[in-house]
Amino acid sequence: MSKRTKKGDVLLSIKGLKIQGFSDEKWHNIINGIDLTLHAGEVLGLIGESGAGKSTLGLAAMGYTQPGCRITEGEIIFDGVDLAKLTDGEKRKFWGTRMTYVAQSAAAAFNPARRLIVQTTASTIRAGIKDQSSAYEDAQQLYDVLNLPDPENIGERYPHQVSGGQLQRVMTAMAMSPRPDLLVFDEPTTALDVTTQVEVLASMRSIVEEFNTAAIYITHDLAVVAQMADVIKVLRYGNEVEEAPTRQMLSAPQQEYTKSLWSVRSLEKPQKLVKDSVLSLKGINAGYGAAKVLNNVNIEVPKGSTVAVVGESGSGKSTAARVITGLLPQMSGSVQFNGEGLPPALADRSKDQKRRIQMIYQMADTAMNPRQTVSEIIGRPLEFYLGMRGSKKTQRITDLLEMIELDASFMQRLPGELSGGQKQRICIARALAAEPDFIICDEVTSALDQIVQEGILKLLLRLQEELGLTYLFITHDISTVNAIADQVVVMNQGEVVEQGLKTEVFQPPHPEYTELLLSSVPEMDPDWLTNLIAKRPQ
Amino acid sequence: MKKETDTYSAVGEVGAVYERRSLWNRTLIDLRKAPYTALFGMVVILAYAIVAIFAPILAPYGEAQVFPEPYAPWSSTYVFGTDQIGRDIFSRMIYGARNTVGIAVATTFLAFLIGGVLGLAAAINRSWLDQLLSRSVDVLMAIPSLIFALVLLSIFGSTITNLILIIAVLDSTRVFRLTRAVALNVVVMDYVEAARLRGEGLGWIMRREILPNILPPLIAEFGLRFCFVFLTIAALSFLGVGIQPPTADWGSMVRDNASLIMFAQYDLKAGLTPLLPAAAIALLTVAINFVVDWFLHKTSGLHDE
Repeated sequence: MSKRTKKGDVLLSIKGLKIQGFSDEKWHNIINGIDLTLHAGEVLGLIGESGAGKSTLGLAAMGYTQPGCRITEGEIIFDGVDLAKLTDGEKRKFWGTRMTYVAQSAAAAFNPARRLIVQTTASTIRAGIKDQSSAYEDAQQLYDVLNLPDPENIGERYPHQVSGGQLQRVMTAMAMSPRPDLLVFDEPTTALDVTTQVEVLASMRSIVEEFNTAAIYITHDLAVVAQMADVIKVLRYGNEVEEAPTRQMLSAPQQEYTKSLWSVRSLEKPQKLVKDSVLSLKGINAGYGAAKVLNNVNIEVPKGSTVAVVGESGSGKSTAARVITGLLPQMSGSVQFNGEGLPPALADRSKDQKRRIQMIYQMADTAMNPRQTVSEIIGRPLEFYLGMRGSKKTQRITDLLEMIELDASFMQRLPGELSGGQKQRICIARALAAEPDFIICDEVTSALDQIVQEGILKLLLRLQEELGLTYLFITHDISTVNAIADQVVVMNQGEVVEQGLKTEVFQPPHPEYTELLLSSVPEMDPDWLTNLIAKRPQ
Repeated sequence: MKKETDTYSAVGEVGAVYERRSLWNRTLIDLRKAPYTALFGMVVILAYAIVAIFAPILAPYGEAQVFPEPYAPWSSTYVFGTDQIGRDIFSRMIYGARNTVGIAVATTFLAFLIGGVLGLAAAINRSWLDQLLSRSVDVLMAIPSLIFALVLLSIFGSTITNLILIIAVLDSTRVFRLTRAVALNVVVMDYVEAARLRGEGLGWIMRREILPNILPPLIAEFGLRFCFVFLTIAALSFLGVGIQPPTADWGSMVRDNASLIMFAQYDLKAGLTPLLPAAAIALLTVAINFVVDWFLHKTSGLHDE
């Protein structure tokens, strides 16, 4: 199909767009008058924290508003047509063919009952752009360009038969299949491991370049957007903060807010060496049923310091945490805590042993009972472990809320009335309420925006200093490790690959896996991805 | 929207729009948006409840007061006439609300107590206990419940206690299945794991962590289950093994006066008499279904575009 627009022509222009959303019985402004211009073949990066309106704007670029939202003002001119004035039926002629969308969760966006190639080509065939056989042939070529294994046959599989990263690439192929003029990527790599993310990013970029497609790339990860975008637009509270070409934006941001976003990644904890350990795993073998997940794992956690456990999903990091907490009794080996052996099963541990080891979860949403108020959530460990009641308990809850930089006005709120960062803070307060020695942080920042991540990491560091806590920090993000850890444990396929002080582990030479992991972390350099791909053998 | 500051602060983070409302305010908002069917249902249920509670005051005559005038026609003395041994049908209808509805409510409560507790325990435990309970429930459900109730009532005798116990146990199987199914989705949540790690007992996890989160479907099921229990009792009474005379009950009133329907060609009102208690049963069932429909729609988070 021939291009309707040449490179450099204005493809999409949004002027004075205002969008409102309906919640809590009122209309609220989500987007307050934003202008946006996108040229053919250009990639625009939209960044901002959650609630900034970046997804809403990305969808609005396609003329779509989510249920419960309405466009109140402004125009969205796509190739000469004002999408804001069209009916859904008319817009459907554009959707899926001239403009396509790649969602964050590929797993949720595919129909589990249809083969991948059928879904990849569905809208292309329906719109009559290609007939079935040429659409299938084209899809196989797209799979090839996207570096999917066995491009001839992978389309015959069902969504559950491929990995998350592969599914995300199939989704990109689906979006490319009708050769759209505009592609909207909504956080397409957020749910992926770093090692997978690199491959997906590289293939997305190459396909956008190859077919000269204009794209809007929505993300909260600055390093990612630096690799993908020609122009970056920063949003906050539904307003534009600033817009500039990528290199200029990275080297010389104008606004205070943008500068604060840029500084997040510079957080780094000076490491310290402590000898006596508070917790040690000795020769742990564990697994689910017949499947063995941990293979002779030895980890030492020194008192008052932070040990980061890194590795991609499936490497056994979370299983190690489950062994420590007693949720998954080990098959062999022992867990030593404060010099004494912990009983493998949770039921055999004393109340005091349970109190001393606390856990903070990745998803604060599911870690708090949605029907309990903040004071009930924090108050329960106080009551349960320390027997506090009445005004003494209320006082302690207030103290804890202040410790996590919130105030007493939060006491009667339900988790649904908190932002992501606030939720995670309440989870930290719940862990602190038990007055623990040792806290397991399971990917506690990976679901949060970077600026919020920084806040949480700083809080954890401060608490460690004030209370002498020991953290076991499970993560796959190397910049988080830099920010918080003293020691690093690298895990791969249930085994400890490397273990030691942060500087030692990050210092070459590395074992092969550590090398792969470290080199896959995106950097704030627009040439990083290009250089990396040139360096890596294909 | 929160105050907009240039620097980051945890308190100022943009979260969901927050406004505290009292329970009363929220209820008013919900009621204002409720569809007419739901409002109609609520009014009908309320009316039944009032009639049931104030039956002795509202009824012109006693529940089993016999007049020497069997099969009296509709008149100002006997609003809906009298039955085969001369009892006022209008008074018995009013008392029937108390008996039939009261027994059905008690039975439904008991069914939920049994099914709910066992369902929660099975969902949390997931081991031999789950297997044992689930398979026993399968066995019970394999037997047609009306026939099974008939058999059990014939064996143990048709007292009100037996009636409540037997129907409650038979209906608790369905409550068990529902509770177990919805609880399974909640059991896997991190906050339940957090409670376990804290060392909370089974009772706390059931009552405080899981129950509040599965309440909406259970409340809806309570309404529907009540309808089924109510119909089962009416059916059993119609067959003669349910609520026994002289206690007034809608199911047995239909049976007692069923033959009158054949006189409709001579006296339309007489023909309508046996249909009145049947209509009372139908109206309540429909009203509850209206309310449950609305409640389910509201709590499921589904919204019409």
